Amino acid sequence: MSKLLLGNEAVARGLYEAGCKVVSSYPGTPSTEITEFAAKYDEIYAEWAPNEKVALEVALGAGIKGARSFSAMKHVGLNVAADPLFTASYTGVNGGVVIAVADDPGMHSSQNEQDSRHYAIAAKLPMLEPADSTECKDYIKEAFELSEKFDTPVLLRLSTRVSHSQSKVQICDREELGLKEYVKNPQKYVMVPANAKTRHVVVEERQASLAEFAEISQLNRVEMGGESIGIITSGISYQYAREVFGDDASYLKLGMVNPLPTRLIEDFANKVDKLYVIEELDDIIETHCKKNGINVIGKEIFSLVGEFSQALIAEKILGKTQENIALDENIPVRPPVMCAGCPHRGLFYILAKHKAYVSGDIGCYTLGAAPPLSAMDTTICMGASVSALHGYNVAGGEESEKKSVAVIGDSTFMHSGVTGLINTVYNGSNSTIIILDNSITGMTGHQHNPTTGYNLKGDIAESISIEAVCKAVGVKRVRIVDPYDLKATEQAVVEEMAAEEPSVIITRRPCALLKYVKHNPPLTVDRDKCITCRACFKIGCPSISMKDGKASIDATSCTGCGVCSQLCRFDAIVGGKEND
Amino acid sequence: MTNVFSIMLVGVGGQGTLLASRILGDVLLSQGYDVKVSEVHGMSQRGGSVVTYVKYSKDKVYSPVVTEGEADIIIAFEQLEAARSLPMLKKGGKLITNTQKISPMPVITGAMDYPENLIDKITDLGVDIIAVDALKLAIEAGSPKAVNVVLMGILSKIMPFDEQIWQDALLENVPKKAIAINEKAFAIGREQHSN
Repeated sequence: MSKLLLGNEAVARGLYEAGCKVVSSYPGTPSTEITEFAAKYDEIYAEWAPNEKVALEVALGAGIKGARSFSAMKHVGLNVAADPLFTASYTGVNGGVVIAVADDPGMHSSQNEQDSRHYAIAAKLPMLEPADSTECKDYIKEAFELSEKFDTPVLLRLSTRVSHSQSKVQICDREELGLKEYVKNPQKYVMVPANAKTRHVVVEERQASLAEFAEISQLNRVEMGGESIGIITSGISYQYAREVFGDDASYLKLGMVNPLPTRLIEDFANKVDKLYVIEELDDIIETHCKKNGINVIGKEIFSLVGEFSQALIAEKILGKTQENIALDENIPVRPPVMCAGCPHRGLFYILAKHKAYVSGDIGCYTLGAAPPLSAMDTTICMGASVSALHGYNVAGGEESEKKSVAVIGDSTFMHSGVTGLINTVYNGSNSTIIILDNSITGMTGHQHNPTTGYNLKGDIAESISIEAVCKAVGVKRVRIVDPYDLKATEQAVVEEMAAEEPSVIITRRPCALLKYVKHNPPLTVDRDKCITCRACFKIGCPSISMKDGKASIDATSCTGCGVCSQLCRFDAIVGGKEND
Repeated sequence: MTNVFSIMLVGVGGQGTLLASRILGDVLLSQGYDVKVSEVHGMSQRGGSVVTYVKYSKDKVYSPVVTEGEADIIIAFEQLEAARSLPMLKKGGKLITNTQKISPMPVITGAMDYPENLIDKITDLGVDIIAVDALKLAIEAGSPKAVNVVLMGILSKIMPFDEQIWQDALLENVPKKAIAINEKAFAIGREQHSN
């Protein structure tokens, strides 16, 4: 049977068919659906961990116990999981361990554009890169085989276009595997210096064997066509190149991107007249070729920045551009925005009003940086809001402390905000940390986390109290406000910024998109009372627009949250009802 | 690459473009085509512009994305998005657009105006265009959320597949409790084109 599967769903199907038993991940676009789909199989234990480091360590432990195990993350998640990754290369595995890492060329939903292949090189691990959904499934199975054969974790590199494209996949049965026997072996698993020294030798020998394997593996294939142009490529770039050149060029399609073959590339180079390397982001294949004296054309014509496409390749190599129809019109951009009824909106309005320095973080609330709220000064990485605010305040002293806050979501706080909070309390800056608790991991599409009371499988789980955690690490001032209540929110922000000790404000209101959240009837504008002062436009609500010279509220999208009506001094926004 | 057909669905996050592309993908798969559907998730969904590509061929489809001048058909869920996607349309391609207007943030904040008479301007360029008020029709069918299925109904009339194949794909993809509304929306969409 063949089905259209998303690349991520095909990875999950591969996990199922390969007999994978344990999956632990933290959500991150474009990797999230892998773990969600894996959780639908009863045969797979699947969980959301609080962060990628924990997730990978869970997978490693399960592998040591003898189960085929897996962890998925986005590219920046692998930074968080880098610590266990590098040493797991030394310990090797027992049951196979595969780690999927999804890069985001073009940054559809990310804070940077890093190329995860560097991790495979640095940690000396094999890395496979599929180019479509069929390969996503097949490569997962191959990755487990390699993991167990070479006693190593294996990385699977995905990209947004592979993860989020659907293509045909042949569905097969699961191969049920028992646990491999765990045998105590401290020389292999206890990485103290004496043992690690011997394991490093093993790692180098393994890399050499894997490099030999790369020369002969079916993962790397030559497709001969016209010989005037040869193309070395991998992943989605292969698809773009194939669409441009069809059978007019020859291809060396690399399914294994670390270690790279050398003789295979040399042989291929000898068969073609002009050799191109087409790879998104960094020049890893190109550098390998040039280091081995193989002359290729790569980044002198292709960018290190952004996504490629068939059009880009046709332009760069053939000088061809496509005719198109253009409208002579200045078309306004449509950036993502906080949804109508978003509980974050009111808080950012208050922060903007008080011109606070806002140390930001990663989540839906990063949209608070966009106009008209424009209430964010920094966004670095998961958890950095809290720790960087402490740094900002110890450098700036009291003047900074009185005018600054950190904003972090519930899931992000559990991920890595809590360690920053411990540092703030321990080292005593009078920082104000605002935890935006919308009872879900929002941006990645509503995943549960340790604070929501449910686990990935949808079962009831221990709900970890954010306020209890904050108090337990020594924060004495912890207060909870409803961010729909602008007055209470403003009072909390003003008082806590002024406080002479570390403080936490929890703005608590579930995400308006959650199914169980009941919306109030939509609000309407009394056109006789509206004087077009535009006060209600300051919150950037997508339901509010200008119609015939007055404010107007879209009845289909308005959730009746009432934030806009609190800004109207002329009582022109009416309807809805009091929130419970 | 000439025997690959490309369809683009463009709209605003939350309008149901993903579901529409999945219905279309299933229709094409059932007719023996090689199919690729490319979606965008995450940050891009939050009320921003959303673009989905559907490519199919009796041979093999390689790239899942559509680039400038390649789309045989564009289905726009909103006027401004129709205008934005126009450079992607192949010469002689067809544009099906919803006439609904959804103001983007620069228009809401007053930084820019929503361009006027977009449909006329596009028509004046000689583009083969079908423009309908799909929101009104969806509300007629029973839910403003059925805009996507109204548009699929229109598309079904210009593609060479039996209605039943679309109906099957529709049942496969819409939630059970919304089947009646969606069937009605689909039928209303089909009527539009015959007019």
